[in-house]
Amino acid sequence: MNSTKLETNDYNLFYGNFHALRNISIQIPEKKVTALIGPSGCGKSTFLRTFNRMNDLISGVKTTGDVYIDKTDLFKIDPVALRQNVGMVFQKPNPFPKSIFENIAYGPRVTGMRDHKKLEEIVETSLRSAALWDEVKDDLGKSGLALSGGQQQRLCIARALAVQPSVILMDEPAASLDPIATLKIEDLIHVLSENYTIVIVTHNMQQAGRVSDYTAFFYTDETRTGRLVEFDETKTIFTNPHDKRTEDYITGRFG
Amino acid sequence: MINENLQPIQTQKTVSTGNLKARSASQVFWFSIMWLAGLITLLVLLLVLGYVIVQGGKAINWEFLTTAPRGGLSGEGGISTTIGTTVYLVGLTLLVATPLGVGAAIYLIEYAGEQGLTSPILRVLISIANFAVETLAGIPSIIFGLFGYALFVSTLQFGWSLLSASLAGACLVLPTIIRTTEEALLAVPDDYRRGSLALGATKWQTLHKVVLPAALPGIITGIILSVGRIISETAVFFVTLGGSHRLPSSIMDGGRTLALHLYYLAMDTNAFNKAMGTGAVLVILIVLINMVINIISRRLTAKVRGG
Repeated sequence: MNSTKLETNDYNLFYGNFHALRNISIQIPEKKVTALIGPSGCGKSTFLRTFNRMNDLISGVKTTGDVYIDKTDLFKIDPVALRQNVGMVFQKPNPFPKSIFENIAYGPRVTGMRDHKKLEEIVETSLRSAALWDEVKDDLGKSGLALSGGQQQRLCIARALAVQPSVILMDEPAASLDPIATLKIEDLIHVLSENYTIVIVTHNMQQAGRVSDYTAFFYTDETRTGRLVEFDETKTIFTNPHDKRTEDYITGRFG
Repeated sequence: MINENLQPIQTQKTVSTGNLKARSASQVFWFSIMWLAGLITLLVLLLVLGYVIVQGGKAINWEFLTTAPRGGLSGEGGISTTIGTTVYLVGLTLLVATPLGVGAAIYLIEYAGEQGLTSPILRVLISIANFAVETLAGIPSIIFGLFGYALFVSTLQFGWSLLSASLAGACLVLPTIIRTTEEALLAVPDDYRRGSLALGATKWQTLHKVVLPAALPGIITGIILSVGRIISETAVFFVTLGGSHRLPSSIMDGGRTLALHLYYLAMDTNAFNKAMGTGAVLVILIVLINMVINIISRRLTAKVRGG
């Protein structure tokens, strides 16, 4: 196993009195793709948002336990600084109502980059990394909203890359895309995992199998409290799971 | 054969159309009623506008627009200084009301609902503020006039002046500006906010680089609506601006707006044609302002969407 990038120890999360995540302990390896799978409502998206502290924005959220990034206590890092290091791609593509160029330049700009030459470089590199450059290079002034859904999602990935994070969180990034656009995103995830630690939430079992190196299976019962059932290399989870519930879920017996 | 299975299910003509005729007839009836209502509304509107503009149009000429009123019972002179006073008052009022109103709306929508705002006193204050905005929007304008008179003219000794009038006017249009700004902010999808925060932008950067630009058409609409409100207001300024027909030379000077001048002409003089002329100028101004609102909000919306 690679060195650990993200880690939680007995992590619990509450929405008010509702216990949403119970005793999650996991070590997410660096520069690998880790898929979080499990039935709806098992807390996998909530768990994902732990790593860039987007849960802080939801009122009534309380947590216990430890979360580390690069062995540093994640809650001791200023959320604004943390989010520059831990990028996020959302389920629904959400480009800003600005030009393609401005969408990508947004992140570097908010962190103080003023040099237009450098910004142009960043925009090009980010778009190339997100496999979107060839499609939009002559049209950087066009609104991000004028792109197709798949292009918008790659634009959002490029936008996240532009602030040079080391981790990218993806919350069902292909859920609203057609099959071809989905494949492009999956190819992209593969390529990006050479340089980034990627954590992806997905509902799509085949997708988890195709894109991820490691898979974490989350499960919940009548209490609606999410638990981590099993975490292992994806091929182990898919071919030889230890837990009966994982096997049942993988083979489509429920979920 | 497989193909047979793919045949669409034959629709059988057993479904009765029932009372189709009666239903069509009732649709025609009700649509005619609504069409008639729309037509009558349009006619009334055109009649009012047409009457004022045709009657008033006779009094309007270059001299009427560019000479100052001379006062007196016969309503001698034109309306130049009242146009000037109106412009001053609109400018001053917006100068006070826009930052206050937009700021209050931003606070109420973007900050007040936030986590960490657990202080019960603050929460009570915020719900009072929301309630006050709703209530103030429905209060008769003369109440703002009375308040403005008591506080600014009398207690603070600003006298009948542009200052008193613009402060009272600001109270009048604040609910409008707050309301429209709130609605514009609420219409900005949360996806934009999350997207920006997730990139390491601060809340303030998110607000002024993403949320406010997206809300701008709505905010500007609210401001221009307020311009119309100030131009057409009489009650508030009747008790706070005085009635001097001269052009104010400082913010401590009084004056009269177009709408006030119209009131004086109609009530205190027998220059009915000049009152009509002033009215026509007012109406044309309001129509122009509404056109500007439409153009600006359409342009800005197109720009925000990336057109």
